[in-house]
Amino acid sequence: MAIEVRIPTILRSYTGGEKAVTASGDTLADLLTDLDARHPGLRDRLIKDGSLHRFVNVYVNDEDVRFLGSLDAKLADGDHVTILPAVAGGSGGAGAFTKPRS
Amino acid sequence: MARFDSMLDACGGTPLVGLPRLSPSAAVRLWAKLEDRNPTGSVKDRAALWMVRAAESDGRLRPGDTILEPTSGNTGISLAMVAKLRGYRLVCVMPENVSTERTQLLRMYGAEIIFSPAAGGSNQAVAMARQIAEDHPDWVMLFQYGNEANARAHYESTGPELLRDLPTITHFVAGLGTTGTLMGTGRYLREKQPDIEIIAAEPRYGELVYGLRNIDEGYVPELYDATVLTRRFSVGTRDAVLRTRQLVDVEGIFAGFSSGAVLHAALAVGHQAMKEGKRADIAFLVADGGFKYLSTGAYGGTLADAESALEGQLWA
Repeated sequence: MAIEVRIPTILRSYTGGEKAVTASGDTLADLLTDLDARHPGLRDRLIKDGSLHRFVNVYVNDEDVRFLGSLDAKLADGDHVTILPAVAGGSGGAGAFTKPRS
Repeated sequence: MARFDSMLDACGGTPLVGLPRLSPSAAVRLWAKLEDRNPTGSVKDRAALWMVRAAESDGRLRPGDTILEPTSGNTGISLAMVAKLRGYRLVCVMPENVSTERTQLLRMYGAEIIFSPAAGGSNQAVAMARQIAEDHPDWVMLFQYGNEANARAHYESTGPELLRDLPTITHFVAGLGTTGTLMGTGRYLREKQPDIEIIAAEPRYGELVYGLRNIDEGYVPELYDATVLTRRFSVGTRDAVLRTRQLVDVEGIFAGFSSGAVLHAALAVGHQAMKEGKRADIAFLVADGGFKYLSTGAYGGTLADAESALEGQLWA
């Protein structure tokens, strides 16, 4: 079973700079365990005290896993997983229309 | 009623408009809550007015005071208008690389601007505003991310308007930024219709926007309460642009890109309801019109061009 996992810039030091890596697992918890075996240390950055880190958002096929069972969220072959840090944003955000940093 | 004593009194009471062509079926209908029909053209007029009124009534804000807020977006524009009419000075803290339209609009309404370093993004603007507030204890920071009056504005106005105009509402979909709109509207609607689904559409920006040095520098607005939401979708730039263009092409609604992201999530739940053979009345929130974003060029050309034009920008 192959699931593509998109890695945010801030965590690419664990994936040798790769933007997206492949891992497998029937649940998000299994996936993160497999991911950690391939990229040691990554799991510890995402999980704190047994749950997803407060400032880490994980999406399965663009839906937030916290509404799909969090670490127990079920995964299937071909799913896309995206990991992102939580930042201040939105239409009230302080940085609306910020240009890329140079 | 269409007559008001002042611009402030004209806040809210926005139209709810059906989408006969984009609705998935006769049984699954989409409705747009047009928040661009507020005094300064965005949903943020509600939060700004409620936050200022709350600070006035609890004595934190007195005539002639200075309001400080980390924002260069719609909230700043709304606060600038309210501050001007209520007799306050407004100082906005925003990243130095913000678009000239934003700077011009803020200055036009009389706001003063303190720039924060571009590289630190919105998180640094928030941090800098907190520092400035410490240095100026007499200035009043309303702080939209943590101000209960932001969410209460929607509990007391947006929610009741939606239920009045659409008593058969089954879903409410809106963008997630400060989270005030979803928290306030969501709480009100759930109290009245316990089965309602409250859906968040969160913009997923180009990766440059997530340029933190460390996960622990992340931020979740103090107002956010996940129990209010049923589902939360992340919508990428390309889908948001595609849906924003569909809104104007198919239904004649010229909206900002955050509304495209919201429509994308609304269509996802709509198609699911249709597949399951359920009836649905899905109301989604159009936070602002498209005028402020025309200079991005993302309303025309190919989707790929639009996507790269918005890369690295907070388009919602």
